[in-house]
Amino acid sequence: MPNVIITLEADISTDDIYPGRYMATVLPTETPQYCFANRTDLNEKLKSGAFPKGSVIVADQNFGCGSSREQAASALKGYDLTIVARSMSRIFLQNAINLGLNVVLCPGIEAEEGHELAFEAGKVTNVTTGRTFETVRLPEARQAIIDAGGLIPYTRKRLLQTAR
Amino acid sequence: MGMTVVEKILARAAGREAVKAGDVLEPKVDLAMSHENAALVINQFEAIHEGTGIEVRPWDPSKIAIIFDHRVPAESPKTATNQKKIRGFVAKHGIAKFHDIRGDVGGICHQVLPEYGYVRPGFVVVGTDSHTTSHGALGAFSFGVGATEMASAWTLGYAVNIEVPPTIKVVVNGEFPPMVGPKDLILHLIGVLTAQGANFRVLEYHGETIRKMSTSGRLAVCNMSVEAGATSGIVPADAETLRYLREEAGVTDAISPVTPDADAVYERVVEIDVSALSPQIACPHTVDNVKPIDQVAGKRIHQIVIGSCTNGRLDDLAVAAGILKGHKVAEGTRMLVFPASGRIFGQALDRGYIHEFMRAGAVVMNSGCGPCLGVHEGALGDDEVALSTTNRNFKGRMGNPKSEVYLCSPAVAAASAITGVITDPRKA
Repeated sequence: MPNVIITLEADISTDDIYPGRYMATVLPTETPQYCFANRTDLNEKLKSGAFPKGSVIVADQNFGCGSSREQAASALKGYDLTIVARSMSRIFLQNAINLGLNVVLCPGIEAEEGHELAFEAGKVTNVTTGRTFETVRLPEARQAIIDAGGLIPYTRKRLLQTAR
Repeated sequence: MGMTVVEKILARAAGREAVKAGDVLEPKVDLAMSHENAALVINQFEAIHEGTGIEVRPWDPSKIAIIFDHRVPAESPKTATNQKKIRGFVAKHGIAKFHDIRGDVGGICHQVLPEYGYVRPGFVVVGTDSHTTSHGALGAFSFGVGATEMASAWTLGYAVNIEVPPTIKVVVNGEFPPMVGPKDLILHLIGVLTAQGANFRVLEYHGETIRKMSTSGRLAVCNMSVEAGATSGIVPADAETLRYLREEAGVTDAISPVTPDADAVYERVVEIDVSALSPQIACPHTVDNVKPIDQVAGKRIHQIVIGSCTNGRLDDLAVAAGILKGHKVAEGTRMLVFPASGRIFGQALDRGYIHEFMRAGAVVMNSGCGPCLGVHEGALGDDEVALSTTNRNFKGRMGNPKSEVYLCSPAVAAASAITGVITDPRKA
């Protein structure tokens, strides 16, 4: 069952998730080492492999605000984290979908570090507290990109259709 | 049913009669802008083509703009190598709208694009930079995307699966008091809307204050619209837009302004009267933590920054130079100035502003993003405080999570440089 590894406040910026001084690093294989680099404890734990795949970050509103830097999404994706937030900034949400990072919009989510969450279509259950919260369904157009496995395969398919 | 300006632009770009908020469409892209992150766009662009047997070639190199600004001159071998790779791509595909690291035609992307007439009213502009909202100042629908989304646009020539955003109409009236201007307006508006108040929405600007505002001021307002989460800020094109494009950007071909219908449907209307507005300060660590200056005046400042895509334009430098004339930057405070483009730097030299800054003790730096995003210039020490005309004050923004950044207008920054504390320029 996925575990909540940290809960974060509102307005977590992409500067926080992936500081500007590492922006010259672009490869998805290299960006994860700088994930939350300004939060030394969290960064070290992520790098040490302390969290299994599917671990969850729970955030308040407006997660991923600020810069369009895609490294913020690719760094989180590198650890196969799931981000559950009360709301997300538009560009971050699109980057996450485009790269196949697992994101869940859940306006009412209440969870603490160490809690266990279970995901089903349309809802998240906090197994520890026994409470269930509704999630926001993504627009069909965005879901189509997720279903294709991300924007690269989605665009490749469209390119092949156009070329035919 | 009438359409907003962005609905009209998107309808045209998608070849439809009419669209409304919530519709999904695929608008043709008129301009696709990137900076150094084109290095990542190129990777993703190549990945899209992998295994298709289709030649890796952008749909229309004449519609791609690449401007080096984020880390110029390069701060590391890694950046320099990325820039080298991009130069190779530019040469291979004949991308003419390329601005390398140069003192004449170089600068920050959000200044270079308007300055060279690359953005026109009615355009759909995508940029791999969140402040791409800036170009709404010229009546374009202009929004930020990530690198993979840009690679997709380079491949197909249109943006995939775009939902038409709802629009908030912002009506601004009244005359700015002395020492109060567009930056104070946008900071105030972000405080009113909050950091996510316009998320997934367009801010469409109207009112006599906007009509009388120069393109420079409109660029600052649209630039920071993203700090309220907006997909785009937009000033429907008018006489000032045409004047700017003809006289300053040297555009000679046809320009077709797009304006909203009188019966356009807005999600809400926000009205602001600026006639009693005071200088505004965004306090750490969110841009919507906005206070009138009297609540923070006297705060000790270690570093003053004037410049960036928000406030590094000629009128910004003129205001700051005017205030600094005959004064010195306070002991214990350092001041950095970085004009938004090489052209502006040259104009500021000709008018003596650069001389005023240097005589006052400021360090004048090359055009670029510089200290704004904490990459390689002007980092702050532990517990230091910066007062800056840039657009973000997030924790760690200027390279150090143990420092603080306050945001303000050029007038406030210049007045505060003289005293070393946050100072109301009306009382200086």
